[in-house]
Amino acid sequence: MDFAFTEEHEELRQTVRRFLEGKSDEAAVRALMTTERGYSEEVWTQMAEQMALQGMMVPEQYGGNGFGPVEMSVVMEEMGRSLLCAPYLSTAVFAVNALMEVGAEEAKAEILPNVSAGQCIATVALTEAGRGWDVEAIETRAERDGDAWRLTGSKAYVLDGHIADVLLVTARADDGVGLFRVEGAADNFVRTLTPTLDLTRKMATLDMTGTHATRVDGGGDRAESLRKVVASTIVALAAEQVGGAQKCLELSTEFAKTRLQFGRPIGSFQAIKHRCADMLVEVEFARSAAYNAAFRAAENGDQAEILASSSMAKSYCSEAYFGIAADTIQVHGGMGFTWEHPAHLYFKRAKSSSALFGEPVEHREKIAAHLGL
Amino acid sequence: MAQAEMSQAEMSEDELRQRVGALLEEANPDRVDQFTFRGKQYDHGLAWVHFPEGYGGLGLNPKMQAIVNDEIRAHAKTVYEDLNVNPIGIGMGAPVVLTHGTQEMKDTLLKRIFTGEDIWCQLFSEPSAGSDVAGLSSRAVRDGDDWVVNGQKVWTTLAHISKWGMLVSRTNPDVPKHKGMSYFLLDMEAPGVDVRPLYQITGEAEFNEVFLSDVRIPVERMLGAEGDGWKVAITTLMNERSALGGGSGRKGGGPIGILMNLWKHHRAAGRTPATNAVLRDEITQLYIKSELLRVTSQRARAASKAGNPGPEGSVGKLAQAELYKKVWECGQEIIGADSLVFEAGYELRRPGVDEKRDSRAYAKYQFLRSRANSIEGGTSEIMRNILGERVLGLPGEPRVDKDIPWKDVPRGG
Repeated sequence: MDFAFTEEHEELRQTVRRFLEGKSDEAAVRALMTTERGYSEEVWTQMAEQMALQGMMVPEQYGGNGFGPVEMSVVMEEMGRSLLCAPYLSTAVFAVNALMEVGAEEAKAEILPNVSAGQCIATVALTEAGRGWDVEAIETRAERDGDAWRLTGSKAYVLDGHIADVLLVTARADDGVGLFRVEGAADNFVRTLTPTLDLTRKMATLDMTGTHATRVDGGGDRAESLRKVVASTIVALAAEQVGGAQKCLELSTEFAKTRLQFGRPIGSFQAIKHRCADMLVEVEFARSAAYNAAFRAAENGDQAEILASSSMAKSYCSEAYFGIAADTIQVHGGMGFTWEHPAHLYFKRAKSSSALFGEPVEHREKIAAHLGL
Repeated sequence: MAQAEMSQAEMSEDELRQRVGALLEEANPDRVDQFTFRGKQYDHGLAWVHFPEGYGGLGLNPKMQAIVNDEIRAHAKTVYEDLNVNPIGIGMGAPVVLTHGTQEMKDTLLKRIFTGEDIWCQLFSEPSAGSDVAGLSSRAVRDGDDWVVNGQKVWTTLAHISKWGMLVSRTNPDVPKHKGMSYFLLDMEAPGVDVRPLYQITGEAEFNEVFLSDVRIPVERMLGAEGDGWKVAITTLMNERSALGGGSGRKGGGPIGILMNLWKHHRAAGRTPATNAVLRDEITQLYIKSELLRVTSQRARAASKAGNPGPEGSVGKLAQAELYKKVWECGQEIIGADSLVFEAGYELRRPGVDEKRDSRAYAKYQFLRSRANSIEGGTSEIMRNILGERVLGLPGEPRVDKDIPWKDVPRGG
């Protein structure tokens, strides 16, 4: 593997960066994070129309670009850098991955074109309160009702669950864990916005009591495939974490150069300088972890290695991003503790991302098992 | 290093391979000894192909040396690695002689560097000049046709078997430190040169102290002009730092591979499952870091090849040193109570043959030896300064020693 990003990748990166610098600056983030909706419909439309971002990984036959994990990493890294408030991880990554991995043809043909066009918000409801991120732990039940199904149970931490048009809910049927589609406006379906630690990422709880649903996978136990969906979503998330971590390093370095105390820039004191140097090492290692996972996923070789590399990225990038964000608060001194300064936005995004899709220690457990330790 | 200044000739890979073929017909490493083979290799211009013709080279791009080495390896079982033959002489001595040496030096010294007949050492660090090596205090005073040197050098690798030393000493204490040093070629067998083993915490002496008492060096053996010592030395230091650190080539190889094997043999070493679970996570974290060190080196090489070197290329030395210390600390934890025992003992000795790498003895040894990883070749603190200042652009600290005469800078014992 030679980690060769092409000129096209660079162009994509610069295009997305410029767009986000304009449309997702700090003021925009602060404004959107306090709304319930959590995103700008106008910017969402522009993302689709100007750069076809929602359809990045949707195959061309469904109106997308047919790109892969490496391209998605470039985009996610930029989104993480600017803390973009948008239902992108949910719609363009998690839901698209789920449909592509387990979705039957009709489901793909029905949903993916709308996703690509930026006309529908989609999400996957996987985890349940107090039950962790393992697919095996799912208790939400799916019971047949003629040609359709009825779901009963509660889902938690559903990305953009309160506003999604298409909710892909994992539930346990007689033949195993499957993926079911619930309409946002369904009866016996209560969606509640969760008061999140990270206001820039909206989540919801779903309460279903015999909620009408259609099955989108072809039947049978799809647990294995759903695990793969989580793994590929994590790869994108890792890139987002790297983007945020890099931005934090830049904020810290800039502050260290300009904040004067005791007659000189604080960056000229080794305690600060060395902290920044350590942050740099962490960013580069996190970058290696994220790119390694993306390039491996793109190669599509040994599946066990792909899963291991995604867990490695989740574990390392989560801890690196969090450490760097924490250090950023510290480098900024008192200012770092104010609402007014952006450090806490990254800090909260970092810690929350760390908890999403399994804590670092859980992923390390998977790696330890993979290594036979 | 004069590489950039040397004009480059062109030669096809095929022609170069043919030349190696001609060498191997005349002498094969499986049939003649090291000095003979490498002497012929030098005569054929295949020693260091980027050097000029007549000095062991052919004036080619340095990357072509790999072709020569591969071709020799393909036709002989015996391999003479530069790193084993004369690492300092080849890595630092030859370039400095080529650039600054007299005609006589080039004619008499270069070939013997390459064959390994003359081992070389580097005499820079002193007891009061480590990270601040430019502050060194060994003194060279002109007396007739000689310079007379007094002082002490430390951490001198291979001094005990060296014929020549690259010596930097102070020739003018009245100017700022960087301007008052000169570079000499020291005959290690000259009267007044006293080499003693440097007893280190592992019990061996990999390095030496070198005491210089009224050692006379002929004026022709000053390399570069008087006062140019720092400039000449800086290139050899750059070569040393880049030679260290970057991560093992093979996935799961190097120290982490040994650690994981150690774990597999010691899982049941009197610990509860709960404790083992904690240790297992520590090992997994070290595995991840080791793998990422390797991947980061790969990324650095790819970026360098593409002409886009970035920060990923600067973090290796620091990251590796800190990681390796932790790996071997974990090794002691895995070994458990038996880590209280150090069978090898501390009798002062020169390094012997490596302990079998997968053994507990090796891990116990490395636990001690790895403490030097974050000190030798640039301390981790200096590396962080370099990353902070040169990569991140943070301002330097106020300096009290740079612009005043060296003799006025406060010094310890």
